[in-house]
Amino acid sequence: MSEDEEVVKVLKAAGLDMLSCMHCGTCTGSCPSGRTTGLNTRRILRDVRKNRPVLENKDLWLCTTCYTCQERCPRGIKITDILLELRRLAVREGLMLPEHRRVSELVLEYGHAVPLDEETRKKREELGLDPVPNTAQHSPEALEQVRTLLRTCRFDELTAEK
Amino acid sequence: MKKLSLFLGCIVQNRYPGIENATKLCLQQLDIDAVDLPGASCCPAPGVFKSFDKGTWLSLASRNIVISEKMERDVLTVCNGCYASLADANIELKSDPELKAHTNMCLKGVGMEYQGTVEVRHIIELLYTEIGPEKLKTYVTTPLNLKVALHYGCHMVKPTKDRKLGESETPTFFDELVEATGAESVDYTDKMMCCGAGGGVRAGHIEESLEMLEHKLACIQRAGVDCIVNACPFCHLQFDKGQLAVNEKFGTDYSIPVLHYSQLLGLALGISPEKLGIEQNDVQNLEFLAKVYEISAGIR
Repeated sequence: MSEDEEVVKVLKAAGLDMLSCMHCGTCTGSCPSGRTTGLNTRRILRDVRKNRPVLENKDLWLCTTCYTCQERCPRGIKITDILLELRRLAVREGLMLPEHRRVSELVLEYGHAVPLDEETRKKREELGLDPVPNTAQHSPEALEQVRTLLRTCRFDELTAEK
Repeated sequence: MKKLSLFLGCIVQNRYPGIENATKLCLQQLDIDAVDLPGASCCPAPGVFKSFDKGTWLSLASRNIVISEKMERDVLTVCNGCYASLADANIELKSDPELKAHTNMCLKGVGMEYQGTVEVRHIIELLYTEIGPEKLKTYVTTPLNLKVALHYGCHMVKPTKDRKLGESETPTFFDELVEATGAESVDYTDKMMCCGAGGGVRAGHIEESLEMLEHKLACIQRAGVDCIVNACPFCHLQFDKGQLAVNEKFGTDYSIPVLHYSQLLGLALGISPEKLGIEQNDVQNLEFLAKVYEISAGIR
C-alpha cells in the first residue's frame, strides 16, 4: 500500500471521514489563515480523497486550529481534527519545522514549552510571588517524571533531527 | 462546586505573572477554594503536541490531571490552550477505554494512574455557570468606566460539541461577565476571529501569524476601545508582544493595552493595578495606565 492510501486508512480508523465533502469551499472561505496565507483547506481534503501526496504539503502547518471550518462545515466533517491527524502522520515521516523541534526540546529540557526567564523572575518578585513557580521547574522529581514519560512515548526519538 | 486546583500554565507563570496574581486575588475575594497544582508541567501546548504525537500529548496531559485527582480537586485553567489540552485529553480518556489503558501503561513508569474522577474547567466557564454575571456584580466595588474589545479566543468555545457553552459565532456569556464589571463590551469586525497564534503558527510561521494579528488589531482600533480583554495568556502574549512586532513589520503605531479577564475583574473588585501586574505588559500606554489608576482611586 502506498503512503497516501495509508493516509486515508488512518483517517478512517480515527473516525475521520471526508467522503461526503461537496467542495462548497465554506472551510476555505472561513479560514483566518487562508485569507493571507497559502492554506487551502478544501484542496487538502480533495488531495486526501484522491490519494494525492499531502503530508509534504507545508501549508498543513499554517492552520491555527481555530476550528471555524469544522464548526461551519455543512456536512459535519471534522476538518480541523483531520488536519491534526495529517500533521501527526507527517511528523512520523520526519517532516517537522525546526522551530517546532525547538519547542519539543524545551519541554524535554524544562518540562515547559515556555520556560522561566530572568525578566519574568524579576516581575514575579515585584508582585510578591515566589521567583520560581511551584511547577516542574521547581521540582527535580517532577521534571524527571516528565522526561521519563517523554522517553516512554519515544517523543525524543520522534522529534530528533533525522 | 468541587474544590479546585489551579493550573496556570507556562505563559502565565513564566511570562505574565500578573495574571497569576490577579487570578489568585480574585478567587480569594470570591471565596473560591483553589490551590496550586505542585509539579505541574506544560499542559502540553495543544497546537504543537497534539500535532506531533497523540500518545505523548495524552501522557503529559494526564499526568497533570492525575496530580489533581490525588488532591480530589477539579482542575481550573485560565488559558484557552491549557483548557483545550487538558479538557480534551480528559474527554478522550474518559470515553475511550483503550486510550486510557495505553496512557496508564505509560503513567505506570512514573508510579501514576489516571482514574477519570475530576473535571477540567476554564475560569470564564466557571464564573459564568457557578456564580453568574448578576451575582458577580454584587462583588464589584469599583465599576469600570472602560470600553473593551473582547477576544474570546478559539478553544474556549470550539469545538462546540465538547465545550457545552453554546454556539460559537455570536456567543454572549463572556461579554456578560465583562459588563458585570461596569465596562462596555464594544462590538467589532471579526470579533470571533483567531488571534493568529495557535496551532504552532506563531512558533513556526511568525510572519503569517503577525499578518493575522494585524487584521485583528486594525478591526479593534476602528472600534475605539480603551483595551483588549482576553481569557487566554497565549492570545494575551500575541496581542501584547505581537503588537510591538506588528508595529515594526507594518510601520503601524498600535498601542492598545491588553488585559486578561482576571486583571479586569481584579480592578473591579478594588485590587490595585500594581498587584494585578497591568504595568508589566510590553505595550506601555501611559494614558490608559493613568485612567486605570484614576478609576482605581475612585476619581473617575
